[in-house]
Amino acid sequence: MAGIDIEGLATVYPNGVRAVDGLDLHVADGEFFALLGPSGCGKTTLLRTIAGLEAASEGTVRIDSVDVTRVEPGKRGVAMVFQDYALFPHMNVSENITYPLKVRRVAAATRSEVASHTAGELSLQGLLERKPAQLSGGQQQRVALARAIASKGKVLLLDEPLSNLDARLRLEARTFLKKLQRDLGITTVFVTHDQAEALALADRIAVMDSGKLRQLGSPREVFARPTNTFVANFIGSTPMNLLPGKVAASSGVEGAPRPTDTTSSQNGSAASSAAVGLVSVAGGSLPAATFSTPVGAEVTVGIRPEYLTVASGDVTGPALRGIVVVAENLGTQSLVTVDCDGTLVGVTVPEETEPAPGTAVALTAPATRVLLYDHDSGELLARQPAPVA
Amino acid sequence: MSTRSLPPTPAYVLRRIGFYVLICAITLFFAVPMLWIASAPFDASPGLGVHWPDWTLENFRKTLEHPYAMHSMVNSLLICVTTAVAVTAFAALASYALSRVRIPGRDALLYGLLLLSSVVTGTAAMVPIFVMMFQLGLIDSRFGVALVMTGGLLPAAIFILKDFVDAVPKSYEESARVFGASTGQILRDVVLPVARPGLATIMVWAFVNSWGNFLVPFLLIRSIDKQPGAVLMQTLTDEGGSVNLQVLPVFSLLFSIPVVVLYLLVNSRYGFRFHGGIKS
Amino acid sequence: MASASAPARGRAPARDVAGLGVGRALGFVAPAFLLIGAFLIFPAVWTIYIGITNYRLTGVEAVSPSIVGLSNYTKALNDALFHNALWLTLVFVLGSAIIGQNILGFTLAWIMRRTRPAVRRTVEAFVLLAWILPSTVVAYLWVAFYDRDGGTLNGLLGTQGTAWLIDYPMACLVVFNTWRGTAFSMMLYSSALQAVPPSQLESARMVGASGWQTLRDVVFPHIRGHVLTNTLLISLWTANDFSPFLLTKGGPNHESETVPVYIYNVALQGGELGYSSAISFLLLIANLLVSLVYLRLLRRRS
Repeated sequence: MAGIDIEGLATVYPNGVRAVDGLDLHVADGEFFALLGPSGCGKTTLLRTIAGLEAASEGTVRIDSVDVTRVEPGKRGVAMVFQDYALFPHMNVSENITYPLKVRRVAAATRSEVASHTAGELSLQGLLERKPAQLSGGQQQRVALARAIASKGKVLLLDEPLSNLDARLRLEARTFLKKLQRDLGITTVFVTHDQAEALALADRIAVMDSGKLRQLGSPREVFARPTNTFVANFIGSTPMNLLPGKVAASSGVEGAPRPTDTTSSQNGSAASSAAVGLVSVAGGSLPAATFSTPVGAEVTVGIRPEYLTVASGDVTGPALRGIVVVAENLGTQSLVTVDCDGTLVGVTVPEETEPAPGTAVALTAPATRVLLYDHDSGELLARQPAPVA
Repeated sequence: MSTRSLPPTPAYVLRRIGFYVLICAITLFFAVPMLWIASAPFDASPGLGVHWPDWTLENFRKTLEHPYAMHSMVNSLLICVTTAVAVTAFAALASYALSRVRIPGRDALLYGLLLLSSVVTGTAAMVPIFVMMFQLGLIDSRFGVALVMTGGLLPAAIFILKDFVDAVPKSYEESARVFGASTGQILRDVVLPVARPGLATIMVWAFVNSWGNFLVPFLLIRSIDKQPGAVLMQTLTDEGGSVNLQVLPVFSLLFSIPVVVLYLLVNSRYGFRFHGGIKS
Repeated sequence: MASASAPARGRAPARDVAGLGVGRALGFVAPAFLLIGAFLIFPAVWTIYIGITNYRLTGVEAVSPSIVGLSNYTKALNDALFHNALWLTLVFVLGSAIIGQNILGFTLAWIMRRTRPAVRRTVEAFVLLAWILPSTVVAYLWVAFYDRDGGTLNGLLGTQGTAWLIDYPMACLVVFNTWRGTAFSMMLYSSALQAVPPSQLESARMVGASGWQTLRDVVFPHIRGHVLTNTLLISLWTANDFSPFLLTKGGPNHESETVPVYIYNVALQGGELGYSSAISFLLLIANLLVSLVYLRLLRRRS
């Protein structure tokens, strides 16, 4: 079982910066795991510390239950694909792929066998004699992957594997990468600053900031229930609305919707509307689970534009009311910005249903989709800590 | 340019004429002193002035038969190959270590050495170098000349090569390291092949520099059979006489060829460019 | 590997990508620095010592030189020939480097920007050839060019019998060195001019700036650092250049004896190693002072 266990890991640079600052993490065998965060958050340093390219200052790294914290990179059983692929420019594709074997003095015959086999797996047939400079970006990326696979590491580390490809190729490579990881079943950790990439590829995502873990969970959890405003801001192609609000009516602890309810939001909003509390926000109000937060407490109300619904005509229940300012076409849907009593709220609507600017609209949302964050700490208010797998 | 599609104005025509007159004048200034080396070697009665030659190859025969001419070329080759190889090898090792391992005060040190080398290799240190080599018993030694030249060229060579190594992505070495390559394997399989253009450039640069160096061998070499070409030319000039008017032009031409050929080679293969240190 | 068991602090820092380690890195640096130390730094330091002795090439003082303190320096203060050499070096640097190479190099770089590639390559080839040919060859070319009887210059000007190198030695050297060294300035300035954003040049043209105004207001602010660097380098090289020796040997009657030639003549013709070392040291100090002034100027820019 080639899992990765990280305990109390810190990587401190000579200038005193704690790039990785006391991290605990477990990556399960065969898992596709994403390290996500803005640039400078320490995600690449963490990956390089796992690889052994940076020396850990504190804590331990175990790969396959073996403590490798002080082991040379080449002896950890890891394979790595670098952001710039690091293909050796003077070697052809075949030599590049089998360089890890050459280092271990594997016979030339075996090497060429591995080269053609791996090239077949990654659709690189016919390119074995080419130099990296003669390959397209996508081909270079696959050669780098092939080399990592040929090295037969227990763990595959990918540093921004898709960032050097243009937008169109990136989608193709993403699908390819996910399928490849499924087929090989190799424990894979990859670093990305692109939340869409992390959501699309990973089994689980660790969101990092300032060398610390901010949330750990499945893509669905991280998207639907960010446990703090940092993650809420970072995840999602349209940013989450984070609005100052006040608890207007308490829902009581028992009536709170459970996180598992989120899969059936439509039913949930109707069924539990009687039991939920209310927050006043942007001149209106929205239903929300308030847990033990007292009435009158200041909170930050978080709601994704995708979970807001534009209601035309009369709305009787809690809603936000405002005037449409602008509508931006996003393809199959549009992002509509609504001025609600001076606060701008974003909401997505299906294509060709966008209200014209100047229209008065009301916005509603199910209570399960309205998240409340502590006004000061930015942490999600919940009955219990967010479930950690 | 829009001016090209319109009928040219008189002012424009005048400016173009002035421009080409200027270019011709500058080109003539640079070309005329060189014409002699193109005509005199092939002239049956070579003089110091430029005139259309009375074609002959007799001068070449004379030069090849000259007791010291070809011998001095061998001396030059000996000294310059030694210097170029030593400069390249030592500068490569040093610049790699300096580029990849953090050493405090490194940049200031390199700048200081570069400055010192452009001052000391000139004439300011000719006396101590002469005295030192005299006491070491390295006067009249071609090896001694190569040593002094190597010391003088190394700082600039390290400076240029470090610039070059700095530009090589570190991920090459990291990648090899993750795959288990030892330091030796990394240097042999990855760093050396990737750095080859830089090394070739430095080797040619060191060779050309030492080939043209007059002062160091002039100071340190006494006997005529050990003189490199640069010094022998001066010796022949001092002797004067008509024999030398047959030998000197041919010798100048032959002595210039390696430098020009190497320059063209580097220029066509790697492009001649300035490295960061000189740029600003 | 030793580093595997070493504590984190003892390991080479993260930038050591090949796992070289400090020990081996020092080993890599050692041969180069030993040579530099022996043949560059040691002579520079030793100049100071020899400069305070009466060391001579031959005679009693060659065997057992004695320390004479600063008397070599006081001698230099009153040495008319040394003053003459200083003055000539100044003229040489000012005329051939700061004015000649700088201006001709910049002019070439500026007018070659938009010339047809064929013309550009031809002109550059001649300029570069003047720079890369071995110094003794070049010196001989110019000796022939200036020659009294059959020289090309006299042939061109119809001034047969004029001994240029004897009648106007310093002017000859200035023209010669301008010819010899312009290539460096030309290349440095053309790479500097490429760094001037074309949009700024176009903006200048849009507002109707003349060629000179464009140079002054758009180009020079961009290349000031390059001008400083170039001027410093070519000044140092020219001040230390030994090729005047190849043309005139300092003559006639010390009329073209720049400091390097003077040092050589004092040391190896006159045999006064102590005195010439003192002058060498003064030259070294002058070089360093010029470099420091340059660094000051460069820093003030940023």
